[in-house]
Amino acid sequence: MAAMRYREALNQAMREEMEADESVFLMGEDVGVFQGAFKVTEGLLEEFGEKRVRDTPISENTIVGMGVGAAMAGLRPIVEIMTVNFALLAMDQIINSAAHIHYMFGGQAKVPLVIRFPQGGGHQLGPTHSHTLEAMFLHVPGLLVAVPSTPADAKGLLKSAIRDDNPVIFIEHESLYGMRGDVPDNGGPMRFGEAAVRREGSDVTIVGISRMAVTAARAAEKLAAEEDIEAEVIDPRTLRPLDLDTILDSVRKTNRCVIVEEGWPHGGVGANLAALVQEQAFDYLDAPIQRVTGADVPMPYSKALEQAAMPHEEHVVKAALATFRDV
Amino acid sequence: MESAAQKKGSRTAQGDGRGRREHQLPPRDEALELLDKMLLIRHFEERAQEMYMKAKVGGFLHLAVGEEATVVGTTSALRPQDYLLSTYREHGQALARGTDPKAVMAELFGREGGVSHGRGGSMHLYDAERRFLGGYGIVGGNLPLAAGVALASDYRGDDAVTLCMFGDGASNQGTFGETMNLAALWKLPVVFLVVNNQYGMGTALSRHSAVTDLSSKAECLGVPGERVDGMDVLAVRECVAEHVRQAREERRPTLVEALTYRFRGHSAADPEVYRTKQEVQQWRERDPILLYENVLEEAGYIDHEEIERRDRRAVEIVDEAVAFADQSPEPALESLYDNIYVLGDQVQGWYSVDERTPEVHRGEDEHEVGTHGVAHELAEAGAAYAGAGDVQKRRRAEKVPDGSGEGSKEADQASPADTAYEDGS
Repeated sequence: MAAMRYREALNQAMREEMEADESVFLMGEDVGVFQGAFKVTEGLLEEFGEKRVRDTPISENTIVGMGVGAAMAGLRPIVEIMTVNFALLAMDQIINSAAHIHYMFGGQAKVPLVIRFPQGGGHQLGPTHSHTLEAMFLHVPGLLVAVPSTPADAKGLLKSAIRDDNPVIFIEHESLYGMRGDVPDNGGPMRFGEAAVRREGSDVTIVGISRMAVTAARAAEKLAAEEDIEAEVIDPRTLRPLDLDTILDSVRKTNRCVIVEEGWPHGGVGANLAALVQEQAFDYLDAPIQRVTGADVPMPYSKALEQAAMPHEEHVVKAALATFRDV
Repeated sequence: MESAAQKKGSRTAQGDGRGRREHQLPPRDEALELLDKMLLIRHFEERAQEMYMKAKVGGFLHLAVGEEATVVGTTSALRPQDYLLSTYREHGQALARGTDPKAVMAELFGREGGVSHGRGGSMHLYDAERRFLGGYGIVGGNLPLAAGVALASDYRGDDAVTLCMFGDGASNQGTFGETMNLAALWKLPVVFLVVNNQYGMGTALSRHSAVTDLSSKAECLGVPGERVDGMDVLAVRECVAEHVRQAREERRPTLVEALTYRFRGHSAADPEVYRTKQEVQQWRERDPILLYENVLEEAGYIDHEEIERRDRRAVEIVDEAVAFADQSPEPALESLYDNIYVLGDQVQGWYSVDERTPEVHRGEDEHEVGTHGVAHELAEAGAAYAGAGDVQKRRRAEKVPDGSGEGSKEADQASPADTAYEDGS
């Protein structure tokens, strides 16, 4: 085990996969000389050279499209987009090309492409740099979607993403880049579709998405200390494929469910997950499923307003308590 | 290559100013193969239109009648290892590249025997073996892909060239400028070919593009261009061959503008209110097939009877394609979810992606929900897609207590505790 930051774990995953496979290369805005807007790609240009670590112009849709084309022709590109909001410029290539090509050409072409970007608020970056949009990508058949919340998951899932033959949307979080955690030595790839149970408990299931898995774990400690409630905290780690079984097993045990996400409520990950849970485990639920989400607003700049628009552990505690009210 | 001054002087709708005999005829067999391909495309397209009117072909149908010289001239300048990408008006490209006309027609019919097994339709043909990497339905969407394919060739150090065809309308998309810049910046082995048929759907070139000399439209982005008479198959062939050579040997991306005209509407459902019958007639007088037949006759390669024989052969091939397409089975309903993902260790079946049961292909059941008893059964079992009535019955009357939902309600005193471990990136 070695303790390292989330960004270092990502960097290590890319370095190891690039060492192992000549067809893996990285391109994106300022990933080379600048070493990445969030320093995730630090040192890679020096190690692998300009052929394999390519600084691109600011042309998100075309960068992603070129990644798709290179992948169709047999390479394994990693495309870094600076933030999730910039990925919106590439939605045409992400959906109409990356996600659909394997299907629409009857399986003749495949797109082993990883598109990485961070999301999330908390840094006063305002309404065009701070959103949480995993639900948009979750919506699309043909994409795999990863939302790692720990350095170990960041490394293991990124290695898997690079090796997979499908297009992967790999969603990092700006507030997690500096987070430290243990990463297994020589940690290999980690399977998609396997949720992590971060904390065991028998009273209520709390599912946390992306950084909200961390928030959910803190809320669970508070519930135990102050309310004598033992929450089970689940981090799905990937949204496509989704390990629904682990969530359902937990709900069948606790009979209560809270879903926490930083994104918007309407059409969100929680909305989808709540539907799946009630379809599959309705008879086990003792209370309506609760959702804790970001506020239904563009992310404001003001520090006070931004914090007000984001979910915090006290909201998770309240939501968990609500599942114990008589209904 | 022409000088810039010569090029400027030659930009007319009536040809490239060099005359037919300026372009060297290839040996007889090769020359006649060009004719055969143009005839095949013409008859294929005309028959596709008939099949559309008979409702054998659904959706949109974009025909390239009139553009045969541009298509065949271009593909004949490529080697087998070169890549070709096109738009949604691409039946001709597939046929010219050698894809079986039966599989192309079957795709238009939406059948399992189609090149894309009925998943793509007319707009999304693909033939991996012949390196025809697809028709694309989004205007301008194929330009970045082509640059990416060229990047892969460059990365591996092979000498394949990628040729990307798109329409005049696509030159207004952001991907046009973005891709030209990147291709020139990275010296990619790619040739861009704008099929200027003078209308972006129903909007004339002069009404959709401030610069109507499309060959110059990427110059400021480092991609020089040349215009060629798109009705003259030999001119297109010669011009494209030179640009392909530059891409292959000099790693210099360029833009070729083939000035052509589509004799049919934008799609099969186009009433053509935006142009006059007279204009169409004028262009039909420069029918690329008739022009080329005259060249071949004058060269003594062929006589009228031989032309008719080859014309009949093209019709027969199309007859066979229609017969094949008609008999090709509909895709099986249980194959609905095939090829959404490349299956493997991570993704073992569609339902393992977002459903509870790790069974592959429960899609057929889903397909029938709402129409048969199956729907009821599934609803009883608590499955997805239960009808609204069932949900109503199950919903509890009481409302969720407030104070538990969205973060904004009580976040005034929210502490930034969650972000305490940040390092300020």
